[in-house]
Formats: sequence, C-alpha cells, structure tokens
Amino acid sequence: MANARINMPATAKRGEIIEIKTLVQHTMETGFRRSYLGVPLARDIINRFVCTYNGVEICRVELHPSISANPYLAFSTVATESGTLVFNWSGDNGFTATESASISVV
Amino acid sequence: MKHGSRRQFLAASGGLAIGAVLPTRAAAQLARVPPNNMPDVIRKLVGPAPIKPGKVKIGLPPLVENGNLVPLSISVESPMTEADHVKAIHVFTEKNPLPETVSFYLGPRAGRADIATRIRLADTQTVVAIAQLSDGSFWSDSTHVIVTLAACLEEL
Repeated sequence: MANARINMPATAKRGEIIEIKTLVQHTMETGFRRSYLGVPLARDIINRFVCTYNGVEICRVELHPSISANPYLAFSTVATESGTLVFNWSGDNGFTATESASISVV
Repeated sequence: MKHGSRRQFLAASGGLAIGAVLPTRAAAQLARVPPNNMPDVIRKLVGPAPIKPGKVKIGLPPLVENGNLVPLSISVESPMTEADHVKAIHVFTEKNPLPETVSFYLGPRAGRADIATRIRLADTQTVVAIAQLSDGSFWSDSTHVIVTLAACLEEL
C-alpha cells in the first residue's frame, strides 16, 4: 500500500484560497537507467493524479519520467463548501493510491 | 615461462572482450534514449497558435547541485474566473530524454494559478513553461539552469 500524505488546512473561510500539498511514495523509475550489470530497468512511474472536491475535479496532473521520486505536487483551490477532497494517483503496473481529506468551511 | 605467457594471453583476451563489449553497450545506451525534440513537441501541443512570452513565472534555482530533485514552482497571472482562467500549465525540458515533464490541468476552482512540484534534470539546460488560457492563447516563460550532478542516465 502506497504511503501518501496530504497537507491542507482543516478549516477555512468561505471563498478563501487554500493551498494543498501532496506527497506519495513511489520510485518513479524512468526507464532510461540500467543496473550495474547493464540490464535496462523497466519504466515504472505514476502517470496521473486527480483531485476532486465533493466529486468535482479541481486539479489533474499528467506526470512523466522527469518527475522526481516520491512525487510532490502542490496546487490551490477555493474553499467553497464543507466536504471531502479525494486524491488519486495511478500509474504503471496497475499502481493506484487514494487518500482523502475533509475540510470544514465556515 | 609457460605460465607467464598463458597469463599474458588471458589478460590480453580479457581486455579484448571488454573492449568489444563497451562500445556496444554505449551504443545501446544511446539508442535507448530518444533525441529530445522539444520544439516539435511544443508545436504539436500548441498547434498553430502563437506562444507569447509573459504572464508565466518559473521559480527554479539557477544552480542545481543534484539534478534528481529540483524544486519547481510556476505561477501565472490570471484572475481565475469562469470567463478568464488558466486551463493548463505544461513544463518542457530541453535536454532530458523526454521533453515532456509535467502538465497541470486547472480551472476556475483553483482560485490561483500557482503550482509546485519537484523535477529531474539530466543536464544543464533550459526549462520552458507554457500556460494555456481559457481564451485559447498561450503564454510562456523559460529559464536556464546549471546542473552539477545529472539525473536520469546514471547507472545503479
């Protein structure tokens, strides 16, 4: 099970712009490297990240091998209503990770 | 000196074998890495629309010690309203094996076109960010980065 972390405020004022920081554990093997025996290492990366806010997509990211290991993605959103943000990462070899965070808007 | 000559022979033939293997490995390594055609890839994404410099701001250190982990932030000047917002931010690198680096797709719900991530850089090169606005225009910024320790192509 992948280890994913989310950093965002638990409460916010309505209309406030909040920053969301995400981190997920993944090697992000580029597919361009070789082992010391000269054997090519197969590509194994996260391709896609989607964040939904109460079911509505607010941010989508396409990742390529040039993204560092343990991808860190930060973006912002407007705190419109109380609810749940769901974060989903998916990639090569059927990799998938889901994390959620709740926010209360006052 | 029978043993001596056998050793010499073995050493010489071993050297030959290594000499024969190394160039093919180097060639194979090169063959595996496609040429970086950044301008073509950008043109394919943008289409015939002109790319104007401005509005986009890349935050990237000018000198990077370790190319495996380079903090990158991008902000685009935009009110981020339903009528006028940033639809996507694309990042390209000039000398990485693949020019495509990352694409963020945003909308008016983002509030602010401000993103951050960490990228790999294979060489001292130029990094280009292109923002696609809701009115169909493209804006860009580019920055030159000096990399001391390269990423991507090293052996384990």
